[in-house]
Amino acid sequence: MTTMLGAATLDHAAVRREMGKERLLKLYKQMLLIRRFEERAEDSYKKAKIAGFLHLYIGQEAVATGFYDFLEGGRDFSVTSYRCHAQALLLGLDPKELMAELYGKVTGNVRGKGGSMHFFSKEKGYLGGHGIVGGQIPVGTGGAFTAKYLGTGGVSVTFLGDGASAQGTFHESLNMASLWNLPAIYLIENNQYGMGTACGRAVSVKDIAAAKAPGYGMQAFTFDGLDLYASWKTAQQVVAIARAGRPVLVEAKTYRYRGHSVSDAAGYRTKDELDRYKTLDPIERIKTDLIAEGWLTEAGAEQIDEQIVARIREAVQFAEDSELPPLSDLTRNVFAEQ
Amino acid sequence: MNAALVSPPLKPSRIINQKAGEPINGFKGIVTGDDRQLLSTRMAICQALYEEMQRDPTIFVMGEEVAEYNGAYKVTKDLLKEFGPKRVIDTPITESGFTGLAIGAAMTGLRPVIEFMSWNFSFVAFDQIISNASKMCYMTGGMFPIPLVMRGPSGAGPRVSSQHSHAVEALYSHFPGLIVVSPSTPFDAKGLMKTALRQNNPVCFLENELVYNAEQEIPISEYLIPFGKGDIKRAGKDCTIVAISRCVMWAMEAADELAKDGIECEIIDPRTIKPLDIDLIAESVRKTNRCVVVEECYQTGGVGAEIAARLQDICFDDLDAPVGRVTTTENPMPYAVNLEHETLPKPHRIVAAVKRACYF
Repeated sequence: MTTMLGAATLDHAAVRREMGKERLLKLYKQMLLIRRFEERAEDSYKKAKIAGFLHLYIGQEAVATGFYDFLEGGRDFSVTSYRCHAQALLLGLDPKELMAELYGKVTGNVRGKGGSMHFFSKEKGYLGGHGIVGGQIPVGTGGAFTAKYLGTGGVSVTFLGDGASAQGTFHESLNMASLWNLPAIYLIENNQYGMGTACGRAVSVKDIAAAKAPGYGMQAFTFDGLDLYASWKTAQQVVAIARAGRPVLVEAKTYRYRGHSVSDAAGYRTKDELDRYKTLDPIERIKTDLIAEGWLTEAGAEQIDEQIVARIREAVQFAEDSELPPLSDLTRNVFAEQ
Repeated sequence: MNAALVSPPLKPSRIINQKAGEPINGFKGIVTGDDRQLLSTRMAICQALYEEMQRDPTIFVMGEEVAEYNGAYKVTKDLLKEFGPKRVIDTPITESGFTGLAIGAAMTGLRPVIEFMSWNFSFVAFDQIISNASKMCYMTGGMFPIPLVMRGPSGAGPRVSSQHSHAVEALYSHFPGLIVVSPSTPFDAKGLMKTALRQNNPVCFLENELVYNAEQEIPISEYLIPFGKGDIKRAGKDCTIVAISRCVMWAMEAADELAKDGIECEIIDPRTIKPLDIDLIAESVRKTNRCVVVEECYQTGGVGAEIAARLQDICFDDLDAPVGRVTTTENPMPYAVNLEHETLPKPHRIVAAVKRACYF
């Protein structure tokens, strides 16, 4: 069974009423925090304060934001690819430690050992950002295995890209999860390109979840990933299914505004395509709705933005002021300390 | 050397298996005396798993054929009966999948033991072992240690040709973050497995199909063998032989042969390749002034290459001859019986290498 959620099939006003003012405002602020954090990180990258890879989530914010509203950090687990900043922010990690990690400082999330692709949180059950495409899929499956083994009632959400659906680990994980009734959610964020290769040139089917889930006896959900309401409604349903003990395969049709990484000029797509998607911006749409509902004023929106920008400015300052890791850290943590 | 951690002499094998056709429990040795039990290596590993699974409910065993089939090599025999399908789990043929799943489970509070039916199949899971298990603790700044035991037979089985005959000690030792264990006796296997199950690093526990049948009297009472402590399997004064896994057995045979010519070999079994007890090896070399390393890995980048390099660093002046290396020859394993024999570091090649080192 495939469920498709998007503008054509979803009563936005009804979802808005169900969410209510406070929740919608909270999710709006979360999306804006992700956007501003990453814009500032991109800026620091261009100033050569950050190096290596920097894979930005800009454009995709509604996907993770809708889902984390139904997750309990700690009881539930989540894991993703190298595009891992949004999840960490949504779990409530301090932008200071995240920015400091991008700067490779000892105050960073993983003490400057990981950088942009490797944010983690033990406390929040965030099994991290992973640098090998598809490598995180069995790891997320392991989180679901633990939840079932310990009977915690937790679920595990594995984010992956359209490109990762071509890896063997995708097939292996879905097979195990279905076989063993694991509380696992596999969320394909189809941002239409695996690095520079359009999805249609790499994946043999158009609707990945709908086409592949039946092969594992799993339910499929597809939603418009630029639409926070669709993301939220999908999450509401699939988290319930996983909590009841069945894995689910979900696909978000989304889009990234930036290249694969900051160094990618994205010459493989047209400016028209990018501009068209920008008119569907997930954050702007929610802002418009909040104002139309009378839940937010233009001045209020500006104030929220300023507060977020100030918070990120502090994070940048913290990162800049922090120390590099001591050289004694070089060989520390190769093995567990206890 | 703590006497309590020295592996006792091996018994002629197959004593247990010859017992009147009665079914042998997977992990219960035959009591032979006060605090003595006779068992095989496969039973010793199983016993360690049994004891630790009783002690720690977060330990589970997962792999192909480990449950209902009792393990392809019967190392997990009777564990399903004892602990049930929640903790002893047959997987599909999906090495990359179950290895990654185990890593995720290790990150979230469990202590998985996964079996590779043979380490040859670990190559299918290589990315999970290297990119995830070996690096997770480091790249998370110590936040996520990986308490994971990966176990199964390494090295060549008899007549299984090229794709089923890899010894992986050197390969996995290359990567920081992995512990590499390679026991050659039931005593060592049990003590090292118990240590592996009580620490928080990913362990490559490399067993050997031909060591599985080796039998020994070991204590019934609990003991653990720490990582990084080698064992002198035979004392001697003329040449040190460092031998790994089943090469210890071949080195023992070679030493008997060499003794006929008056050459007394000291056989050091490092037991763990990473960490490596180079101090014990160097101590022996300072006495014998000669060293031959015997392993089933290939010579290029092998464990012998590492030991030779470290010995020349720390006891260059004590060496009276170049460090010899007896390894698997640098070809994929052939099927033909005569070619297979020459490929492996068998006793006749060890004898020749020791004689070279002794200018005999």
